[in-house]
Amino acid sequence: MAMLPFSVIRPRQGFVERTYLWEALHGLIVTFRHLFLNLGRHLLRLLGARVAPGAVTIQYPEQPAVLGRRARARHFLLRRADGFPRCTSCLLCETICPAKCIHITAEESPDVMVEKRAKSFDIDLGLCVFCGHCVEACPCDAIHMDVDQVELSSYTRSGMIWSLPALMRGKPQGGAPS
Amino acid sequence: MAKTIKFTLDGRVIEAREGETVLQAATRLGLLIPHYCWHPALGNPGNCRMCNVEVEGAPKALVSCRLYPKEGMVARSAAPAPRRWQSAALEFHLVDHPLDCPVCDQSGECGLQDYYMNSIGRYRSSMRDNKWHMGKRMVLGPHIMLDQERCIMCTRCTRFVDLISKSHELGIFGRGHSQVIDLVPGRVLDNPYSGCVADVCPVGALTDRDFRFQVRVWYLDWTDSICPGCSRGCNISAHTSTRRPWQNKGLRLARVKPRYKPEVNGHWICDEGRYGFLNYDSDRLGKVMRLKPSAEELSWEAAAAEVSSALRRKPAEGLAVMASGRLSNEDWQAFQKLFLEKLNVRRFLFAPEPDQVGAEDELLRRRDKAPNLEGGKAVGFGTRIASMSWDSLAADIEAGKVWGLYAVDRDPVKVWDQRGHELLERLDLLVYQGPRKGLTGELAHYRLPATDWLEEKGHFTNFQGLVQPYRQALKPLGAAKPDWAIFEGLAARL
Ligand code: SF4
Ligand code: SF4
Ligand code: SF4
Ligand code: SF4
Ligand code: FES
Repeated sequence: MAMLPFSVIRPRQGFVERTYLWEALHGLIVTFRHLFLNLGRHLLRLLGARVAPGAVTIQYPEQPAVLGRRARARHFLLRRADGFPRCTSCLLCETICPAKCIHITAEESPDVMVEKRAKSFDIDLGLCVFCGHCVEACPCDAIHMDVDQVELSSYTRSGMIWSLPALMRGKPQGGAPS
Repeated sequence: MAKTIKFTLDGRVIEAREGETVLQAATRLGLLIPHYCWHPALGNPGNCRMCNVEVEGAPKALVSCRLYPKEGMVARSAAPAPRRWQSAALEFHLVDHPLDCPVCDQSGECGLQDYYMNSIGRYRSSMRDNKWHMGKRMVLGPHIMLDQERCIMCTRCTRFVDLISKSHELGIFGRGHSQVIDLVPGRVLDNPYSGCVADVCPVGALTDRDFRFQVRVWYLDWTDSICPGCSRGCNISAHTSTRRPWQNKGLRLARVKPRYKPEVNGHWICDEGRYGFLNYDSDRLGKVMRLKPSAEELSWEAAAAEVSSALRRKPAEGLAVMASGRLSNEDWQAFQKLFLEKLNVRRFLFAPEPDQVGAEDELLRRRDKAPNLEGGKAVGFGTRIASMSWDSLAADIEAGKVWGLYAVDRDPVKVWDQRGHELLERLDLLVYQGPRKGLTGELAHYRLPATDWLEEKGHFTNFQGLVQPYRQALKPLGAAKPDWAIFEGLAARL
């Protein structure tokens, strides 16, 4: 792709901006506001007052991250009793996905009541924006994002593409399975 | 002028032609009244009860597919009462319906889904009983499968095999609630038009076997085209899948559907045309090659320079040219200009290959399986200029009368078999131009990649003399160019 040069119009800086004094002071005000707010909350709670808890620093990664109950982490494909994914390969998640990072192919299922199942199911977690639309779209409740695994990294781009056996593994610890 | 009858439908004054039903007149004007069982070519048994309308003065609901308008009649299909009747009829259709939409290939183009989402769905079932189960994924024949649970008993399929293909393979078995569509005992749905039952089926009960689970219909792009399968020139819609290359096994053409054209094919196409495209993406050429004496990939300019001088190297009497009825009218024009006007070639072969002559019947199929020999006639091939036969050309090569051959999308090795190799080895110059390599492509001195029908636009003239356009659906592969552009590139250097 050819790159087009274009000029950025910078805002004119007056005297106040050029000394940086006000902005440095502004930063300090924000920091100290947080400090005293949290200090105050911790103290009040110590004294038995029912105020919002103060912020706590977690020593991540030594201590594990605490995720909210509705946090969306990497995808998890649920299984049927026969070990195959519950996904019927309807492609609704692939269709709704704004990042176009789900690639599914279908095959015939031996069970006539299931009829269709996923032959391959790849999610490129390097492209995924973790919007959760795929979970909402699924008519079979086959795809979840609740395994709380947020440490997703790989040395290669292709390593970020997760496929069927890995996606069906529940709550693993640590990085992407090979 | 034929008599017309004025009546009012949903507040709009409509002129029905004589003999037209309310539903026909409304559909002709693009007004939607829900319907399943009526099909313009298959009659109106009036069994689906979806097309209910309210007529002022009439005591009860009337089905518009069997209602002939009277002068001044006032009918309503979108008022609350008829909508309620239609939605009740739809609810009945869904009583035992499995709602397989996630796995159903019809999903996205299904009559049940369309009407349900279009204002007459109930969204709350009043059924408390379990659904009945019936036959699923039953193979009816080489191309079609049936899911009895999804069937709404509109009987369009049985009417097709009775009235159009007249092969009577399908029947209605059982009564009432347990009524099902099935094969007549001992029969297989293998008539030459069997694919059409999947088109007429308004739901996902009858579906194509080769399309099964390949790609969801909403990923397909539709392009108006002409079937290149025979000289009928049926109007088709080519459904291509290029947005998600991992789907449809990576093939770009997913399926072919008929496009209504009353004077040519009506609503139908034959199975040969519908399912005969599976090799569309195989064996394709994308590089301009010189193979002999030394193999090298060329640019179009270099190839045009080399080929045009090679064509002039010896007298034109010894040059033979083969073309096929696969050329479009545009190609035939440029072909005529290059080989007749510029090169003055005398030996032409455009007779069909043995497998280009096939079955013919009264409905659509024609014996001549090349789509556009008629277009060649318009520029003299087949009228002023006669085609050689395969045997006489072989004899001429054998006798050393022919030194050069330019084959446009023809495969003489396939026709001449073992002898073909020997014959073609004798030639000083063999140029092969076509979309697929075939057997001859290996032996050529020059191999020029041409686009196939979906990668170019053009016109075919059918056996009735009707000139019909087809549009471009796909990008050319590699360096491939339309045949006419290759001919013009050569002609410009002569
Ligand atoms: S979370 Fe969003 S971006 Fe990621 S796979 Fe699902 S739909 Fe696509
Ligand atoms: S939406 Fe659910 S059932 Fe459909 S393809 Fe995605 S995971 Fe599978
Ligand atoms: S026939 Fe229509 S409504 Fe029934 S399962 Fe198929 S797509 Fe869904
Ligand atoms: S199989 Fe399809 S066309 Fe035939 S009766 Fe059932 S719904 Fe109608
Ligand atoms: S279309 Fe009128 S009853 Fe079926």
